[in-house]
Amino acid sequence: MRPFTYERAADAASAVKAATETPNARFVAGGTNLLDLMKLEIETPTHLIDVGRLPMAGIEETAEGGLRIGAMATNSHVAADARVRSRYPVLTQAIVSGGSGQLRNKATTGGNLLQRTRCAYFYDTAKPCNKRAPGSGCGALEGLNRNSAIFGASHACIATHPSDMAVAMVALGASVEVLSPSGGARSFPLMELHRLPAERPDVDTHLVPGELITAVVLPPPPKGGQIYRKVRDRASYSAGLASVAIAGGQVALGAVAHKPWRAAEAEAALGAGASPAEAIAAELANASENGRNGFKINLVRRLVPAAIEEARSNWAEKNGSVA
Amino acid sequence: MSSVLDWEATPNPVKENRAGNIGKAVDRYEGPLKVTGTAPYAYEVEPPSPPDYGVMLSAPIAKGRITAIDTKAAEASPGVQLVWTYKNAPKQGPRPERYDFFTPSPRPALESDQVYYFGQQVAVVVADTLENAQAGAALVELSFEAAPQSVIFSDHYDEADQPPGESDIEIGDFETGFAEAPVQIDDIWRTPLQNHCQMEPCATTAWWDGDQLTVHTSVQMVRFAQNSLAETLMVPHKNVRLLTRYVGGGFGGKGSFYEDLVLASLAARELGRPVKIAFSRQQMMHGTVHRPATEQRVRLGATEDGHLTAMSIMTTTHCDRRGNFTEHASNFARNLYAAPNRLTGHRLVRLDLPVASAMRAPGEASGTLSLEVAMDELAEKLGMDPMELRILNEPPTDPETGKPFSIRQLVRCMREGAQQFGWDRRNPKPGQVRDGRWHMGLGMAAAIRGNFLLPAKASFTVDADGVITVKQGMTDIGTGTYTVLAQIAAETLGVPLGDVRVEIGDSELPPAPGSGGQFGAATAGSAALDAGMNLRKAIAEIAVNDQASPLYGGPSEDITFQDGVIAISNRSERLSELIRRNRPEGLTADGEVRPAADAAKWSSHTYGAHFVEVAVDTVTGEVRTRRMLGVFAAGRILNWKTARSQLTGGMIWGVGSALTEGNVVDARYGSLINQDLAGYLVPVQADIGELDAIMLDEVDDKANPMGIKGVGELGISGAGAAVANAIYNACGVRVRDYPITPDKVLAALEAQGR
Ligand SMILES: Cc1cc2nc3c(=O)[nH]c(=O)nc-3n(C[C@H](O)[C@H](O)[C@H](O)COP(=O)(O)OP(=O)(O)OC[C@H]3O[C@@H](n4cnc5c(N)ncnc54)[C@H](O)[C@@H]3O)c2cc1C
Ligand code: SF4
Repeated sequence: MRPFTYERAADAASAVKAATETPNARFVAGGTNLLDLMKLEIETPTHLIDVGRLPMAGIEETAEGGLRIGAMATNSHVAADARVRSRYPVLTQAIVSGGSGQLRNKATTGGNLLQRTRCAYFYDTAKPCNKRAPGSGCGALEGLNRNSAIFGASHACIATHPSDMAVAMVALGASVEVLSPSGGARSFPLMELHRLPAERPDVDTHLVPGELITAVVLPPPPKGGQIYRKVRDRASYSAGLASVAIAGGQVALGAVAHKPWRAAEAEAALGAGASPAEAIAAELANASENGRNGFKINLVRRLVPAAIEEARSNWAEKNGSVA
Repeated sequence: MSSVLDWEATPNPVKENRAGNIGKAVDRYEGPLKVTGTAPYAYEVEPPSPPDYGVMLSAPIAKGRITAIDTKAAEASPGVQLVWTYKNAPKQGPRPERYDFFTPSPRPALESDQVYYFGQQVAVVVADTLENAQAGAALVELSFEAAPQSVIFSDHYDEADQPPGESDIEIGDFETGFAEAPVQIDDIWRTPLQNHCQMEPCATTAWWDGDQLTVHTSVQMVRFAQNSLAETLMVPHKNVRLLTRYVGGGFGGKGSFYEDLVLASLAARELGRPVKIAFSRQQMMHGTVHRPATEQRVRLGATEDGHLTAMSIMTTTHCDRRGNFTEHASNFARNLYAAPNRLTGHRLVRLDLPVASAMRAPGEASGTLSLEVAMDELAEKLGMDPMELRILNEPPTDPETGKPFSIRQLVRCMREGAQQFGWDRRNPKPGQVRDGRWHMGLGMAAAIRGNFLLPAKASFTVDADGVITVKQGMTDIGTGTYTVLAQIAAETLGVPLGDVRVEIGDSELPPAPGSGGQFGAATAGSAALDAGMNLRKAIAEIAVNDQASPLYGGPSEDITFQDGVIAISNRSERLSELIRRNRPEGLTADGEVRPAADAAKWSSHTYGAHFVEVAVDTVTGEVRTRRMLGVFAAGRILNWKTARSQLTGGMIWGVGSALTEGNVVDARYGSLINQDLAGYLVPVQADIGELDAIMLDEVDDKANPMGIKGVGELGISGAGAAVANAIYNACGVRVRDYPITPDKVLAALEAQGR
């Protein structure tokens, strides 16, 4: 760990101001990701602005019939919220499939969205990694890349985004609210928060430096069954090999791309009346493998139709009809 | 005593167990300290004055040399006290040609410019705080020149050689026997390199007082580490006091010791201040030792009615260039099943990888993953129940040597387990049982692990309060040593458990070999029993000669020891009173144990049977264990609770070996891909489901004076094979390349067009 200075933000505006004005500063919320990365010197900020105690931990109803989840709401809090559980079960399922109880108690909604990849080469500072050290090369490309991306990868980076929560939120059509250095607030679809690696894998998102996530807004739940299925090597406390969130006709995939992957092709095919198997085949037409992760294409091909069927039958059971 | 027959014939308090301390589910002696965080592990020990902190730097190449070093910036960094590389590290004893576990020899750190494996320690920075040491370490500049490396095991099978001093063992004529067998199995299994992943990384706190060194460190073998450290530092053995009171897991990985111990000792001497050095989790993966990968070819030949006529397991494995370790995955098969024609042996490949060494049940843990699955495959070919096949091939005497078994209750383990588990509910046809989206399957396997006894000493002291103190240079690596020694002492001297103190993990105490090879309890405990018996005699002698004692005049052989009271029929007094009168300063007796001269006349092992139920999701290839039962026969059980915990812990490791655990080498760097516990997957609670271990009543009077055996390594042996067999029963897929991860299950399913 490198030496750093620390301040606790008094309010959101001053946090953003401090982040903009202090060179090499970072926000810290639960710290479950950032502090690990600092200990390993993968991230070396020289100043931390603690936003974890800002009063943005609430979950409120929106006028539209959705929920606004404060950026500091912990993963445990969100997963346990009665409204989330009854109206957005996919979100609760996704959150509890991540990490461990202890991590979820500390992890925040904003921090979870901005957690960094679990690519092993990113974590090993003796290895080249364009995300950690731009221009050094990609250790995973020709390496042990069993758990790398099958969608939207570039020759510069084939890493995946590891969040489970974000996959469910993307399937639910959530949007993000941020406070910008200009002092203004803006809101945009969560789907547009993360970027594909292209030539700049060191940049994970479209946020401008100093921007603070203040909330995630869920629209009213779509009609139809919801489910989150995460395939992993061990039953808990393990990154996904592939995951899928279904919310009615909306489908998002996890652990397959540099961002939570909204399966637009599959959704379109489902909308046009295709079978689940046909729909995922349409999505997978764009998938590619990197040598050792080819199984993920098969896995997604098998997993997604099974999950869609399960969501549908859950819905039918509850409502006596097929959505 | 020189014969096991004497052990068998001689009664002792442990065998008699009058107070019932032996076998009881006694809570851990040091448990309250551990769960309240007040048991100081090596790094947490408070030295006599404020310490400095060291941080080690590790090589980023697998083979080559250090070509340039610039430590100026690091030396100028705040708080930095010293920066050492091979160029300026103090002179140390020379590394021997080959080293082993039991012969003390120097283990010099920062020896030369040569790099032998990725992650080898190449520099150390010591500073006034850990943070300053880390910041300083980041400023050390090292350049390396890489040399061509061989790091991928499977690329070098052709270089495999007979391990030094070994030869294959053939009984009968295997090739002919196999060729003539009407039913055959011939398959290859692969097990991966595994890391120990102890909770507590290797760590040392060291300080000097004149020429006397005190080190608190985390090792399994006290005397070995003390002497080897002294030889490394080139000081007399007696100048080193090594303590290792609490060890957060060893599993074989702390059988030796590493640069933390050597460099902390050297730096403390140089700086004249205490120094603490710990490995990081990442450094543990490369910088210590691992269980090497294996490739095992198993061939079984049987008659139509299931009698094995030929059996072979040939293992190829790897070790590091300078090491000499062989994963003897074939050995256990020499004692397991009857078959007239047998061939077993090993081949060793040397690679530019970190040091290969022992991990929990070295040999058995890997070897059972092949043979015990091959038996399942053979049973299926024969149309037999896999347990009945094993029972049919149960040998009357050791199948390799013809020696009598000291005791062998393998069949009873299987029968009892089958009944308790509901084995009769197994459908021999795979893929028949569903639970929602899960395919359910049952599997079983046999367990076997050798039994060992090594020389050890111990001392017992009784003080004027009647408190017994056990002293032994033994370790408790989380296994329960403290607790079982206390039980043996309480039973032997007839005092309440609360009146026993146990002091271990200190090189000043009577030496015991330490923890490893599941010989710990038997070895340390037998020496303790002897010390206790000698103390009884000494106490009796004093009592019958003390006119003030009601026991005066004896006869001394009639004295009973119970509840802190010594008595001859209705004449009695408190032990404390006798000691207070006669030996207010306390009375001490020593004891020891040595292997019996004729021990090798018997085939002595621990046995067990595993039964597992798994669920397989045939859509995703995920496998989850639902239910697991192990039944074990391992001699007299000293403590039901700690023994069961050792056994279930081993079984869980077996699940890990079957399903998740392993590390993979990156061919380009010679490094391991999984470097932390988020990447190296050991089972978590949710992976295990229902789990139980049953211990059969057993006494192995030929094993040692107490008739006990080890359990630390038995539980893992065979457990993974039972999981693999259950997977087959669940979904009809055999994956012979461990661990059986979802991608491999999927590939096998797809190969079947499913
Ligand atoms: C062993 C382990 C296993 C895990 N397994 C899983 C898993 O299975 N699934 C899963 O989804 N996750 C998993 N995680 C990740 C975990 O969910 C994240 O670490 C956590 O959600 C991060 O939240 P945090 O509040 O602690 O973020 P922090 O560590 O505090 O911050 C993370 C990043 O977000 C930035 N940040 C934080 N809040 C804001 C904000 N409001 N606005 C702008 N930037 C902000 C920080 O600057 C930092 O860059 C695992 C983590 C560990 C350590
Ligand atoms: S895949 Fe991305 S994160 Fe991984 S090594 Fe390559 S550049 Fe780094």
